[in-house]
Amino acid sequence: MPCVRPCQIPGSSRVAAAATGPEPGAAYNLRHESNCELALSAPGIVVAGLRKRYGTVLALDGMSFSVRPGQVTGFVGPNGAGKSTTMRVILGLDAVEEGTALIGGLPYRGLRHPLHHVGSLLDAAAPHPGRSGRNHLLWLAHSQGLDVRRVDRVIEQAGLAPAARRKAGGYSLGMRQRLGIAAALLGDPPVVLLDEPFNGMDPDGIVWMRGLLRSLASEGRAVLVSSHLMGEMQHTADHLVVAGRGRAIADASVAELIAAASRGNGATLEDVYLRLTREAVEFRTGTSTEDRK
Amino acid sequence: MSAFAHVVHAEWTKFRTVRGWVAGMVAAALLLVVFALLAGVSSDQKGAPPVPIGPDGGPVTDSFYFVHRPLTGDGAITASVPALKSSIPADPEHLRPGTVPWAKAGLIVKESTRPGARYAAIMVTGGHGVRMQDGYVHDTAGPAGVSARLLRLERSGDAITGYASADGAHWTKVGTVHLRGLGPTAQGGLFVASPPSVQGMGTSGSVSTAAFGNLRVQGHWAPGDWTGGQVGAESPGFAGYPANTSGAFTESGGRFTVTGAGDMAPAVRETLPTGGTLGEILTGTFAALIAVIVVAALSVTTEYRSGLVRVTLAAGPGRSRVLAAKAIVLGAVAFVAGLVGAAVAVPLGLHLAEANGVYVFPVTAATEVRVVLGVAALLATVSVLALSAGAVFRHSAGAVTTVVVAVVLPYILMAIPFMPASVSTWLARVTPGAAFAVLQTLVPYHQVASIYTPYEGYYPLAPWAGFAVLAGYAMGALAVAAVLLHRRDA
Repeated sequence: MPCVRPCQIPGSSRVAAAATGPEPGAAYNLRHESNCELALSAPGIVVAGLRKRYGTVLALDGMSFSVRPGQVTGFVGPNGAGKSTTMRVILGLDAVEEGTALIGGLPYRGLRHPLHHVGSLLDAAAPHPGRSGRNHLLWLAHSQGLDVRRVDRVIEQAGLAPAARRKAGGYSLGMRQRLGIAAALLGDPPVVLLDEPFNGMDPDGIVWMRGLLRSLASEGRAVLVSSHLMGEMQHTADHLVVAGRGRAIADASVAELIAAASRGNGATLEDVYLRLTREAVEFRTGTSTEDRK
Repeated sequence: MSAFAHVVHAEWTKFRTVRGWVAGMVAAALLLVVFALLAGVSSDQKGAPPVPIGPDGGPVTDSFYFVHRPLTGDGAITASVPALKSSIPADPEHLRPGTVPWAKAGLIVKESTRPGARYAAIMVTGGHGVRMQDGYVHDTAGPAGVSARLLRLERSGDAITGYASADGAHWTKVGTVHLRGLGPTAQGGLFVASPPSVQGMGTSGSVSTAAFGNLRVQGHWAPGDWTGGQVGAESPGFAGYPANTSGAFTESGGRFTVTGAGDMAPAVRETLPTGGTLGEILTGTFAALIAVIVVAALSVTTEYRSGLVRVTLAAGPGRSRVLAAKAIVLGAVAFVAGLVGAAVAVPLGLHLAEANGVYVFPVTAATEVRVVLGVAALLATVSVLALSAGAVFRHSAGAVTTVVVAVVLPYILMAIPFMPASVSTWLARVTPGAAFAVLQTLVPYHQVASIYTPYEGYYPLAPWAGFAVLAGYAMGALAVAAVLLHRRDA
């Protein structure tokens, strides 16, 4: 573990020449910033200098960013940019060769009842097909010392009530996403981390999801949401971390990104994103980490 | 509650909310009962001759050629046995001379000629020198190092004392036994027994002929001639005489020549093949194990298939604790399934056996409890082994196949009658299948040469020692699973 943590102070992001930089990766690559102490004691997520290799493929190459409370932070980038790997690292599921990922200053594996600190959604909840959604939430609740009242509360919150007692094997992807959201909210956590929650959602579901994410942030929670589609993030996120080639190639507020985009020959936010991630897209033609699933 | 208790609670909730897993464990219990039912209804020995029961309640073989006279009160009998020769079938029609180590010729006092009646006897044997035996299971070696051929048996009340001598001048007392409840009149005299000869994986009936000389009786013997006859000719433990032979005795000038077959000994599986055992009533154990293996392996491999393992480990980042919690829940459920299944199967099987006239080797209540607990512990431990294999392989087919091959295949191989004893004994010592020893209720006897293989119900390891072999494998596998769970990404 490096003794100097490269870290990003919330709100101190830079987007200089977002649309015009010839080497986006270099331009946006975060360097060692001062005042790490502030970030370490911050209630959100601080990811610093993650490096991870799958065989010969470098999945994470100095991934660093932070997620502030009270905001929705979008985590975007093409498939294989390292979004899911980063999220698994934050949750203590995958090990890294270098770097740290802290939640409220603590590594995930040091949390006693982690769902009280971080709620997460990976793999669309991944319920056992033979277990009902409600029972899926029930065992999770029991693992955190919570009881059934909390289960029924999050079922309501996630709009899962009509399907809660059916076997999860019959759920649509959208239903499984709602189940995953319910699971993430179970411990009423200050930090919420969602991997591709819009996948498989119908239009109503997408609107609902946006509203939910906004309200979670307005309650003061730190919300990290990954997506490989920029469009979904535009109306949802306050802040964007753009991942490419295993690191954060941009870390800026949505407003700053849009401002940068409008400076460069009328380019759209989508164009900014595409330019930023162009090299990462080429990178994707190798073995992508998403393919591991 | 501690964090670990929460993880255990969560794993229990996880287990009970998948109907298929609960059904699998119930099936394990039912398989034990169903196999007991099948074993009970498929065997019918109504009308079979009764199995002779010895003084201590155990089944016995009690067939020998007896040359006897009543002895009412105290008395003694002395004789020399200069020759004891045995013959073994070379083929179904012909005999060849051979050694039958436990062929017996000597003097006996027996309560009556009823099979199973109390007795005490002193004898020379084909390969084990002079012995004094009583009550079918007791065996005392006579003087070593001298070729004692003179035998003497004295009765005083219910006390019978045996002596041996090489020269007729110096007598060595071999032992005194008390035949409790011996009435005033007993039968005493000469006998010859010749148990089946063990040849490779089977046995064949032998016949032995002894020469007796210097016969002297003292005390209250009934006057008259000696009567010869086969004791226990109809008893199920008696294989009969080899072709063209029969039991007989001749007397000329004080010399007796007696030919006999059979044995006076505790019944073993080979001599009482129609007898059932608790282990057979619980044949369903192997099927129950397969059900337990599938449920236990799937309970972890399905988590890998769906990605649920990430939810599990995100909720419980202490990976060893999650693994331990899974092992506790599965082990407890499998234990209860085994306990309930075996506790129902054993009395049911015994009842059906009795109703169908099938003799079951008796066991003490403590042994019955041990067998039932053993089955429960076997299922519980194998569930931990299968869980560990599931965590190591992360793949249902690989985990299930590995554990079935490790645990159930040895049992099936041991159940093949023509499997060489060395192979099946090895399997029952070193593979996880050694734990099937918890089913054994039969004990081998040194004074009965027989086939003591797992197929016959005799395991090389004691019940809990065999179980310990499996437990060692399970703990080893659990440790490997814990290490890999820590090292690998979820």
